[in-house]
Amino acid sequence: MNITLGHYLTLGAILFALSVIGIFLNRKNLIVLLMAIELMLLAVNMNFVAFSHYLGDLNGQIFVFFILTVAAAESAIGLAILVQLFRNKSSINVDELNTLKG
Amino acid sequence: MSQTLQATSLLAVPMAPLVGSALAGIFGTHLGGNKIGRGLTHSLTILGVFIAFVLSALTLQSVAFDGARFNETLYTWMVVGDLKMEIGFLIDGLTAMMMCVVTFVSLMVHLYTIGYMEEDEGYNRFFSYISLFTFSMLMLVMSNNMLQLFFGWEAVGLVSYLLIGFWFNKPTAIFANMKAFLVNRVGDFGFILGIGLIAAYGGTLNYSEAFAKASELGALTFPGTDWMLVTVICICLFIGAMGKSAQFPLHVWLPDSMEGPTPISALIHAATMVTAGIFMVTRMSPLFELSDTALNFIMVIGAITALFMGFLGLIQNDIKRVVAYSTLSQLGYMTVALGASAYSVAVFHLMTHAFFKALLFLGAGSVIMGMHHNQDIRWMGGVRKYMPITWLTSLLGSLALIGTPFFSGFYSKDSIIEAVAESTLPGAGFAHFAVLAGVFVTAFYSFRMYFLVFHGEERYDQNPDIHHDHHDEHGHDHSPHESPWVVTVPLVLLAIPSVLIGFYTIDPLLFGEFFGDAIFINADKHPVMHELSHEYHGAVAMAMHAFSSSPFWLALAGVISAYYMYMVNPAVPTAIKRLFHPLYVLFENKYYLDWFNENVLASGARVLGTGLWKGGDQAIIEGGVVNASWRLVGWVSSVTRQLQTGYLYHYALVMILGVFLLMTWFVWLK
Repeated sequence: MNITLGHYLTLGAILFALSVIGIFLNRKNLIVLLMAIELMLLAVNMNFVAFSHYLGDLNGQIFVFFILTVAAAESAIGLAILVQLFRNKSSINVDELNTLKG
Repeated sequence: MSQTLQATSLLAVPMAPLVGSALAGIFGTHLGGNKIGRGLTHSLTILGVFIAFVLSALTLQSVAFDGARFNETLYTWMVVGDLKMEIGFLIDGLTAMMMCVVTFVSLMVHLYTIGYMEEDEGYNRFFSYISLFTFSMLMLVMSNNMLQLFFGWEAVGLVSYLLIGFWFNKPTAIFANMKAFLVNRVGDFGFILGIGLIAAYGGTLNYSEAFAKASELGALTFPGTDWMLVTVICICLFIGAMGKSAQFPLHVWLPDSMEGPTPISALIHAATMVTAGIFMVTRMSPLFELSDTALNFIMVIGAITALFMGFLGLIQNDIKRVVAYSTLSQLGYMTVALGASAYSVAVFHLMTHAFFKALLFLGAGSVIMGMHHNQDIRWMGGVRKYMPITWLTSLLGSLALIGTPFFSGFYSKDSIIEAVAESTLPGAGFAHFAVLAGVFVTAFYSFRMYFLVFHGEERYDQNPDIHHDHHDEHGHDHSPHESPWVVTVPLVLLAIPSVLIGFYTIDPLLFGEFFGDAIFINADKHPVMHELSHEYHGAVAMAMHAFSSSPFWLALAGVISAYYMYMVNPAVPTAIKRLFHPLYVLFENKYYLDWFNENVLASGARVLGTGLWKGGDQAIIEGGVVNASWRLVGWVSSVTRQLQTGYLYHYALVMILGVFLLMTWFVWLK
């Protein structure tokens, strides 16, 4: 079977959809939420690489490097916040974290 | 235009009293730590006023004999568009005469104060105030533009306020100075409207520039009406004069201003400040000449003041109040003369009145001192033999006031009566009656006071308010004593012009070239001065003629009836009082004007204010606008707050949905 652009894009869409669902449906664990965000970024990366390859434009792949860097930094900060959160609240249960409101 | 007048020496005239005032005010009081004592304070301020007086006299000399004139702007304060706000001096006959009157009376009052305020704690403060007043009044009269005139106008008002409330621990004094301040605000409002109209339509504040445009202004009408613009301007300006010069119905503050110390009653509330309105109208004569309506208004107001305020003087028992009502009545005379276009006569009366009324006030003050601060003429009597100088000078002042031939008051007052008789304005008939009747009234109240104070039996012990312990402290006995020389010398110096100045100055002032171009009269329409000069054949002839004219006999009748009622048969006033009881009550309550002001105007304003406060501010602005808006915001946010759950996944969902919507819109709909 010949692997076309469509396959890659479908994979990206599936990964993206999974991560969105992961964000919405996840009621328990904040780590899962962070992982879902990472996954979402990877889905986007997938699209970038696929387009880059098929269009013969390396810019897409350069972008992927940036995104990966930012994602790494973001998850580091995210985990650090998570640790602090657990120290303060003794919980990382998403359902209990509802103070982000007016 | 000869240039014998130097700007620097003119500038020194108002500045010398200002420097004296500042030094006395800063270093003579608590403000600067009481650095200088009483002797130095009065020497400094008197020196300042003396310099001003000498320079004024020199100015008058060069104006009168060399025909010198000065009209220059010394400093430009600011320029707004085409409107320049400047400080400058205009020196002509009118100004020079006013400068001399102001500085001379002020000098006399400064001297007098040394004696009068001797025992007062506020000695230095008082000197500072009266020097400040002299500065303000000089700025007012020397100005060459309306802005500086207004500055002087407000500054004299301020000092008047400060001095009426000089004894600030006395509730009546505080009430009186507040009243003077408020009533003057009404007048000043009109005044500044008038100045504003001139600035708006003439585009200038400078006198000579504004007067050059007078005929242009005369052709305009007030927008939206068919009134002449110049009539509106003149009536606005005259409302200012009504406030300052205490014309009916804005006169109510002047009798109450007698709460202040007597020297300032003489200086401010008789001789100088209250005549500022007369001066201003005279200065603006090129505008007033254009409007018969305004002149008629002025004449009627003046006539009402001249006659009806005189009536009130008949029943006053406070020596200062009698003189105060007399001042009101005399100011009414001057105003009538203004209305008759006889500006020079008004200013002439202003000058003679300044001398004899200052004299009467200072004489009254001397009597008050001699009577140990009793002011009630019912408890005086026979003072003549204790205070001979005060007696003689007061007699001369009273004779001048009632218009005895050859005295200065005669020349000015008789000229006013003649001028009104010649006037062709519709109000002239009433005004002529009022000023003639006023002669009798003036003579009656002046000599009622004179006889009650200086003649008759001594009634010092009958005063029910007398405090015996107070007297023991001071070691005085009951009988009055003559005042010290600092008090009597000003009396004598004022008595001399009160008697003589009319005789010597009527020629140049009224019929000569002294005022020259300072006063403009439309001789075709208002030929009053022309007629007067036809009938005038010299000062002596005028006085001799008076013996066969009605004013003299009216005055004599006034004196005789006062003598009969208060010396010969004291039962008569009581009988008259009983017979005309309603009239007496009316006079006692000053025509209920104070009542009207308090209960109709003031409480009307209070009702309006309360209505606006409760209805406008509390209900609409605070309740309707301010509170309702925060309540609305609160309600909206309490609804929208429901959307904010605090759950991260809700926010994420909304974000994603938003992204989908935007993408849908971009991709398909755009």
